[in-house]
Amino acid sequence: MTTTPTAPRRPQRATDREPQRHFRQGDRRRNWAGGLAGWIWLVVVAVPLYWALITSLKAQSRYYASNPLVPSGDPTLDNYRLVIESDFLRYFVNSVVVTAGAVVPAVVFSFMAAYAIVRGWRMRVLRAVNGLFLMGLAIPLQATVIPIYLIIIRLRLYDSLLALILPSIAFAIPLSVLVLANFVRDVPKELFDSMRVDGATEWTTLWRLAAPLTRPAILTVTIFNALTIWNGFLLPLVLTQSPARRTLPLALWTFQGQYGVNVPAVLAAVVLTTLPVLVLYAFGRRQLLSGLTAGFSR
Amino acid sequence: MSALTGHPPRREPRGILPWLAAPALVVFVGFAVIPLVGVFALSFTTWDGIGAIHPSGLTSWRAVLTDPGLPHALWVTFLVMAVSWAVQTPLSILLGTFLAGRQRYRAVLGVVYFVPLTLSSAAIAIAYKALLDPNFGLGAGLKIRVLSQDWLGRPGLAFGVVIFVVSWQFVPFHSLIYQGGVQQIPKSLYEAAQLDGAGRIRQFFSITLPQLKYTVITSSTLMVVGSLTFFDLIFVLTEGGPGDATRVLALDMYKQGFQASLMGPASAIAVILVLVGLALALLLRRLGGRDAGASQLEGA
Repeated sequence: MTTTPTAPRRPQRATDREPQRHFRQGDRRRNWAGGLAGWIWLVVVAVPLYWALITSLKAQSRYYASNPLVPSGDPTLDNYRLVIESDFLRYFVNSVVVTAGAVVPAVVFSFMAAYAIVRGWRMRVLRAVNGLFLMGLAIPLQATVIPIYLIIIRLRLYDSLLALILPSIAFAIPLSVLVLANFVRDVPKELFDSMRVDGATEWTTLWRLAAPLTRPAILTVTIFNALTIWNGFLLPLVLTQSPARRTLPLALWTFQGQYGVNVPAVLAAVVLTTLPVLVLYAFGRRQLLSGLTAGFSR
Repeated sequence: MSALTGHPPRREPRGILPWLAAPALVVFVGFAVIPLVGVFALSFTTWDGIGAIHPSGLTSWRAVLTDPGLPHALWVTFLVMAVSWAVQTPLSILLGTFLAGRQRYRAVLGVVYFVPLTLSSAAIAIAYKALLDPNFGLGAGLKIRVLSQDWLGRPGLAFGVVIFVVSWQFVPFHSLIYQGGVQQIPKSLYEAAQLDGAGRIRQFFSITLPQLKYTVITSSTLMVVGSLTFFDLIFVLTEGGPGDATRVLALDMYKQGFQASLMGPASAIAVILVLVGLALALLLRRLGGRDAGASQLEGA
């Protein structure tokens, strides 16, 4: 089913490598301003990250007396133990449930819609649907949170994980459809035609032809949405109440409210909640970064 | 193979296609479009968030429009937007151009640059709150007086911190956009300029910058419209304070609605938020002469 050799895509999108190789080959002069800014920015980004990491490994009693930029002589995991004992495993599971529960339907629905929009471009209904999704890009989540709260109450979903999942799917759709439609459009028309000649239905063509050929785009959209939903703060803040329904960002916030003075513990919580995403970043950096700009770069 | 046997293409009813779009449409309408319409409707009601909703005409609007808090929130929102744009744009262009270069070490720097993109605003705000603490933070630990100020306790400083943290979080994203933009500039333009004896700086201003025009507009649109929705970061970092020094519109809405239980006025503020966002998006689109998102669809 997935013996397709390469996903045909516009060259400028395929990878950055090709233009990069040719870029300014003849130019030996250095970009001094850029270089300086580059190194300064490295420090600006790295110092807080480094500080957070080493501090999270210090014992609270020693933290105040130590030089904040020097790692502790005998690092301790006590702070992490405190965080985990504060029910963070449950919050982690909640975050996983909400993220997976929202991303999977969001991507599947968006892909089906993107396929329909590209294949049915002649139909006025689908062009209207596409226009609606494009407009959706401009709807800020914040502005709609009060009616969402009302709807969730009326559906008797308040303080449940499903309450977080449903709006998350809705707000993931516009950008996902935009990006996926761009890629489905790049699938050569002849392939669709030959599928049709072979008697394949649209449903089969969708999953057997379009999906494998746009797999990189599906992956980037998945990662992007997962990141956005994993990091979401406002919906859990407004739509849940009990500690048992907290997701990680909200749990982090309440944890700081509780242990504010215990800086190492707070930072251990920050590091711990960030870890899963950093692992993802380590493995899927390219997809992640291309996913972040897929809808915008030009 | 059967493609060659040449039986006429079966006319499959295209009627199934709209149904493929239906699930996305239903969820999107239910939890994005209806709420958008709903927020307009709710702005003409009185509701405490728990009890019954009573239509109340223009009461909420009157309350919001006569409240001195609104012009203040609009002003703070505008300041955050303008200053964060002015700080981030040159920095992002510079870093984007830098990252577009071909040296290997730039790719390594890139790995570090983009870490903030993966972190939640809540995590970033909490880490900075700890870092900037006047008694237990980094400045206090290093015993450097200038660094151990009450960063989040004084209006001017708190505003500066918000801008700094916003930039820390979002400059990488915009650098990424500019990096992509720079890499698409035809190399021949630079070769021609070099033959004409143009130096590095001249090349930047005569080729790179004009060629990045659409990238600048895309990035600026995202920055400006996005700045309206900084909620998580400011909420966790300052809660709009000290006083109301960093109380942007989105925060004003939340506080009125979910803390003061005035859902009617809060909805009116949300409507203002939507309208300001739309106006800005349209304005920037007119400036740029085309819309970054929609343009990709024209070729269909």
